[in-house]
Amino acid sequence: MQEVAVILVSSVLINNYVLVQFLGLCPFMGVSKKLESAIGMSAATTFVLTLTAMVSYVVDRAVLIPLELEYLRTISFIMVIAAVVQFTKMFIEKTSPLLYRVLGVFLPLITTNCAVLGVALQNAAKPLSFAHASLYGFGAGAGFSLVLILFSAMRERLAAADIPQPFEGAAIAMITAGLMSLAFMGFGGLV
Amino acid sequence: MLDFIIQQPIIAALVALAGLGIIFGALLGFAAEKFKIEGDPVIDQIDELLPQTQCGQCGFPGCRPYAESIADGDEINKCPPGGQSTINAIASLLDVPAPELDQEHGEEAEVKSVAYIREDECIGCTKCIQACPVDAILGAAKLMHTVIVDECTGCDLCVEPCPVDCIDMLPVETGIKQWQWSAPPLPNGLIATDRTQSHSNHEGAA
Repeated sequence: MQEVAVILVSSVLINNYVLVQFLGLCPFMGVSKKLESAIGMSAATTFVLTLTAMVSYVVDRAVLIPLELEYLRTISFIMVIAAVVQFTKMFIEKTSPLLYRVLGVFLPLITTNCAVLGVALQNAAKPLSFAHASLYGFGAGAGFSLVLILFSAMRERLAAADIPQPFEGAAIAMITAGLMSLAFMGFGGLV
Repeated sequence: MLDFIIQQPIIAALVALAGLGIIFGALLGFAAEKFKIEGDPVIDQIDELLPQTQCGQCGFPGCRPYAESIADGDEINKCPPGGQSTINAIASLLDVPAPELDQEHGEEAEVKSVAYIREDECIGCTKCIQACPVDAILGAAKLMHTVIVDECTGCDLCVEPCPVDCIDMLPVETGIKQWQWSAPPLPNGLIATDRTQSHSNHEGAA
């Protein structure tokens, strides 16, 4: 039980994929203008991350390591991610057409979200059990969701705020992201 | 077998990647079948019947939003470019009585017309360009504008904003390009019930 808590805290806060490891910045800037779409994106990415962590663990342990093909990790994990994202796309299109329309191009772009590949590769490099690997994937997704939702809430406020003209738009968003990253660096002292 | 594959790294790599590809392909194919979306065929059918002028005279931003709204139960008589024939077609599709065209949204043009800008009177204000829903007007600020006849849908939307009233709606000239063979007469009496109906009509006429 303690291990579960440690894995979650470490992947959500201490090693947050967006603000500490700087992976997955594209959707972090791209889909954070509206809280509603940010929540949808978070859910979709968390789903993809968890599923990818599981499938890539199985592929790694069942196929790549027995055949001594560790050098094929990157390409086979990319294949896993593409398949999982395609599956997620079909699933969302069926269950929530509105969310599908809101997410638009960012849904297939989860494929190129480097946080997803990052989780798969980092899991492969660590001696983990299947449960822990999928927990890492879920934790990474939860951390991504946390910062994306926080950031989009801030950006909605910023849109209405009185910002000096040179800082309007993307500039103030970048500064905000930097300050959030600084704040998350502070979690490094937690363990 | 496994030993042989492991001893040949290239074959092992090929087999592993091809195997993974086949497995994922099969899973995705299965998922595509399982999560197939039918869509809303009624919306597509209504959208096909609308004239696709995207003129916005119905109060919606285009033909597709209006088709969606009709599918949700909106009135079907808000489309002046389509006119009575479109209303009748949608009414028969949805199996509802066909109403008259709602005058609030505009009148049905007698013949298909296109906008014509009297170019020497045009002051180049670009107001008609902004009004045009299909980008059929060419021009720039303080330069003369003109209408691309092939693109114009004859929706009248550019006439109102013109400050010098230099836009006319002219009927489309029927030339060799537009001329078509007249549609063949519908075969009568193919269906038994039609036959008796037309029979009684004839008797009524006689």
